[in-house]
Amino acid sequence: MHPILGNLRRLGLYLLAWVPLAAILFYLLVLPGGFKWTSALAMVVPLCLLYAFMCLSAWYSCRSTPLETSSFSRLALTHLVTAIILSAIWVAQARGLTIALASFAAFRGIDHEFPPNHPLLFASGVLIYLLAVALHYVLLSMERTRELEKREIQARVLARDSELKALKAQINPHFLFNSLNSISALTSIDGGRAREMCIQLADFLRKTLGMGEKTVIALREELDLVHSFLAVEKVRFGARMSVGEEVASDALDCAVPPLLLQPLVENAIAHGISNLTEGGWINVKVSYANVAAKDTHAEVNGNSNLVIQVDNNFDPEMPRRRGSGVGLVNVRQRLTTRYGDRASFSAQADNDRFCVSITLPAEKMEAKK
Amino acid sequence: MNVEASRPLTAIIVDDEDLARAVLRELLEKHREIEVLGECANGFEAVKMVSERKPDLLFLDIQMPKLDGFEVLELIGSDIAVIFATAYDQHALRAFEVHAVDYLLKPIVPERFEAALERAKQRIGQPVSPPVTQLVSAMREAGQFAERIVVKDGARVHIIPIGKLDYIEAQDDYVALASQGKKYLKQQTISSIETSLDPKNFLRIHRSYLVSLERVAKVEPYGKDSHVAILHDGSRLPVSRSGYARLRGVLEGQSS
Repeated sequence: MHPILGNLRRLGLYLLAWVPLAAILFYLLVLPGGFKWTSALAMVVPLCLLYAFMCLSAWYSCRSTPLETSSFSRLALTHLVTAIILSAIWVAQARGLTIALASFAAFRGIDHEFPPNHPLLFASGVLIYLLAVALHYVLLSMERTRELEKREIQARVLARDSELKALKAQINPHFLFNSLNSISALTSIDGGRAREMCIQLADFLRKTLGMGEKTVIALREELDLVHSFLAVEKVRFGARMSVGEEVASDALDCAVPPLLLQPLVENAIAHGISNLTEGGWINVKVSYANVAAKDTHAEVNGNSNLVIQVDNNFDPEMPRRRGSGVGLVNVRQRLTTRYGDRASFSAQADNDRFCVSITLPAEKMEAKK
Repeated sequence: MNVEASRPLTAIIVDDEDLARAVLRELLEKHREIEVLGECANGFEAVKMVSERKPDLLFLDIQMPKLDGFEVLELIGSDIAVIFATAYDQHALRAFEVHAVDYLLKPIVPERFEAALERAKQRIGQPVSPPVTQLVSAMREAGQFAERIVVKDGARVHIIPIGKLDYIEAQDDYVALASQGKKYLKQQTISSIETSLDPKNFLRIHRSYLVSLERVAKVEPYGKDSHVAILHDGSRLPVSRSGYARLRGVLEGQSS
């Protein structure tokens, strides 16, 4: 769609911009040219109107020779040749007009008086066309900028959307129902423990809901959430569950997306411990790795990565459950949305061991204002 | 109160969580007419205990270690009234397809529990007509094929992952599942087992034989009009004329 022809308001503005051009042409014809002002007016108005529309064709040649990719010689050649051709056509039109006007009594003799002005007309035609070229290049780049902005906004909205969706999917209803069932059992067995579990469950839910609004949290907070989660699960699984944790102390202040670690632990319980009669183990490990080389002395704020690892054992003979791995897919997607290539995610099963490993840039939490 | 209460009803509770079993135990305490024979924490124990003690009623969790609730049901036969108790509502449809008496959602509502028990008492003594083996296909979710087959051998349970299954041979009312040099007998028809397997991997080469395509080493002519399939482990299986046509169709489809 032509940026000017396709938009009435712009067409009006464009034609308005032609008024001063026409005025200059009129002035040149009347004063140095010695033309009668009525004859000059009769020539200038239709000629400028015609040429205004002819100049709109600059859009096509501008589009086919973009400023960014075309060589200077190609730009100059294309536009100069077009300018000369269009201007020549314009002069021919002026000639036709003078012949037509000469048949009226008021303009008798105009077909002899006007031709000396042809060079002036030709020169202004070339100049005006080149101005039109410049105008169209400006319009084109404006359009491209707007397009880019739109795409960027769309991408941002999409990313945000998928993140929210992922967060909503995190709260597993089965976890809730099973925990509530445990509480209902405890009420008649041991009221004190039932109350304790209610408090732990509330604590976990409050933390989870609070995290949905944040974009990053300190790893310390995420580990806190994991501990509340495990406290609830411990009541359900009792001695069947054993958990190990090994976290580099500097890592606690690193910024991570919320609900990054908890889904991994939940996954480890759902597909590990809950399928093992004799019980199972989970091991959570957080460490640093230098980006360039595997250097244990990497600076926290330098080019170092945070490596989060969750290992667990499982029963390889159990068939995969439907919907398994949704939590992991969510974590992977959120990592990609936020960090792109700077983060990596891997999940591997090796005999009866399952290991999820996440690498992401280590960034310290900014100090609270 | 209950006319048939002269003989106590027997029940077994199967759930992998102590506290979940405790809820059911407590709800059953009020019912003197029901005797709880025992509790199991996984599918293996459940199959063993049910075979040995033959209860009237079974409370069954679905997601459990070793065998899930549906697999337990498949192995123990159909003359036991089953009440499922689970936190997962997406299995309800399948539960009724396998003729469960009821489906209780956790946390268990006492009124719902009483209603389920009432239904179970009416059901006990009237075994459901279709044998469970024919319901196996109903137990899978639509569009999914079995990933393993469970077989009961006395009180022992064998789990055969589909990837380790070589071929299946029909033997009267049974099928023999050949896996890694051993054969396991299961009460099921070869046609019903065929529908539960991915047709991309398993092919019916004969009225009585279903073979894993990966295991077929070569096919040789055998007598007039018939062929024999030789597997990588040396087993020789007869191939019928229509079976040979199917086999050729698949093998040509793979090479093109």
